[in-house]
Amino acid sequence: MKSVRNHFSLVIALLSILFSMQVFLIAERSIEAYKVNLVQNYSVIAVSKKHLEISEILKINNIIADAKELSPDSVIERLSSDMRSANVELLKLTMPKFYKLSLTRYPTPGEVKNLKSDLLRSSSITKVEDFSHTHDTTYKLLLLFKNVVALFAIVVLIVTILLIIKELRIWQYKHNERMSIMGLFGAALWLRSAVLFRLAIVDALIASFLAFGIFIYLSSSPWVLEQFNNIGINIVIFNKVDDSLLILGVAMSISILLASLIVLGHKEEA
Amino acid sequence: MDKVIIAKDLSLAYSSSETIINKVNFSINSGNFVFITGASGSGKSTLLKSLYGALKPKQGSLIVGGVEIKGVSRARLNFLRRHIGIVFQDYKLVKEWTIDKNIMLPLLINGYVKSVANNQVDKLLKHVRLNHQIGKFPLELSGGEQQRVAMARALAHNPVLILADEPTGNLDDYSSQLIWNLLEGANSQLNTTVIVVTHNIPKTLNVDYKHFHIEYGSIHEVC
Repeated sequence: MKSVRNHFSLVIALLSILFSMQVFLIAERSIEAYKVNLVQNYSVIAVSKKHLEISEILKINNIIADAKELSPDSVIERLSSDMRSANVELLKLTMPKFYKLSLTRYPTPGEVKNLKSDLLRSSSITKVEDFSHTHDTTYKLLLLFKNVVALFAIVVLIVTILLIIKELRIWQYKHNERMSIMGLFGAALWLRSAVLFRLAIVDALIASFLAFGIFIYLSSSPWVLEQFNNIGINIVIFNKVDDSLLILGVAMSISILLASLIVLGHKEEA
Repeated sequence: MDKVIIAKDLSLAYSSSETIINKVNFSINSGNFVFITGASGSGKSTLLKSLYGALKPKQGSLIVGGVEIKGVSRARLNFLRRHIGIVFQDYKLVKEWTIDKNIMLPLLINGYVKSVANNQVDKLLKHVRLNHQIGKFPLELSGGEQQRVAMARALAHNPVLILADEPTGNLDDYSSQLIWNLLEGANSQLNTTVIVVTHNIPKTLNVDYKHFHIEYGSIHEVC
């Protein structure tokens, strides 16, 4: 029981850091996946006086992934019933050319603005429709979501740091006496701090294992998967190799840092 | 005879303003049994602290086992302490360790193999008549028993020097006698140098001993 109590406080503190870190990673991945969805449905329309080569359009701004000329046939078809065929051909020649530009990524409002001015700088392009109002609203929502998640992560981090500082004081008190006594019999620093580092490593392993279990469960939970399906994104919630290594690395670094601070702050009993 | 301790113009102080021990000179030979007496606050424990390097000389020189304590490196001090056994009035046992693990501490620090260390601990526990208490924690024992554990720990690695700070203060007669017998035994059988800080020198001691008295920051040998 005593042994469980010894581990409990640091394990809980570490677990909350690991949990908030992984939630932040999942949120980041969701946003990125959502941006991919958005960019597939978002395009800019450019109107040109004359025909433009696709390669020419691509050179205007490197955010442009592809350009497709929109066919005017459907519009002309509607008008052609009342017109002679010679006039229809004339209309085809004089009609401006419409290009649908797809982008490499979901742009920021600034990037949309730059793209628009770059396009308008071309002497042939007379008008650009960037659907900026719809874009900005969606982008702001995404940004809000990202900021809320970041804020949540920061708050959890601050609370956890406070918990760890408290734990550090308790550990300092608990281990100082033993370290001093060992020092009186000539124990080298590594031997004096061995128990402390062993405890820190065991706690990091326990916290990592618990975090691993929680996220393995969440990543296969039908309810969680359904929520992601509902918003139309498909992401890796928990990567068993990369995320596990990251979790283990962070837990080990924090607990070893904690143990090192105690060793460095240790004052020999006179 | 080799000198284990040489003090030349040794001054000790906790702060720059107050000197506890003032320019004292003395030496202790290997195999000596030494008592250091003096009134409370005279500096007996302060002098003992300096002998295991917990307090560095303010002035002068203090050589213990060939090691100059003033300016000694941490590694050299650790090396010196591995050859010293220390007994404190407040025992200084690790509370979260069993008494056998406490006794084993200097053996592990000195690199003894676990099986050899275990045998040595069993032998010492019998020696201090605590073999029936094996596996218990210090706070489960009486004060006298805890001091016997501390004594066993000090003897475990056959040190060349034993420093004892009022080892029988607050102990019952039985435990006190046992502690004195153990110190006598280490000195007479193993030729261990023993330095004891105490208020009272026991009358039943069967060894020749030296007696230093500290007064007003000075030390003098009592003949």
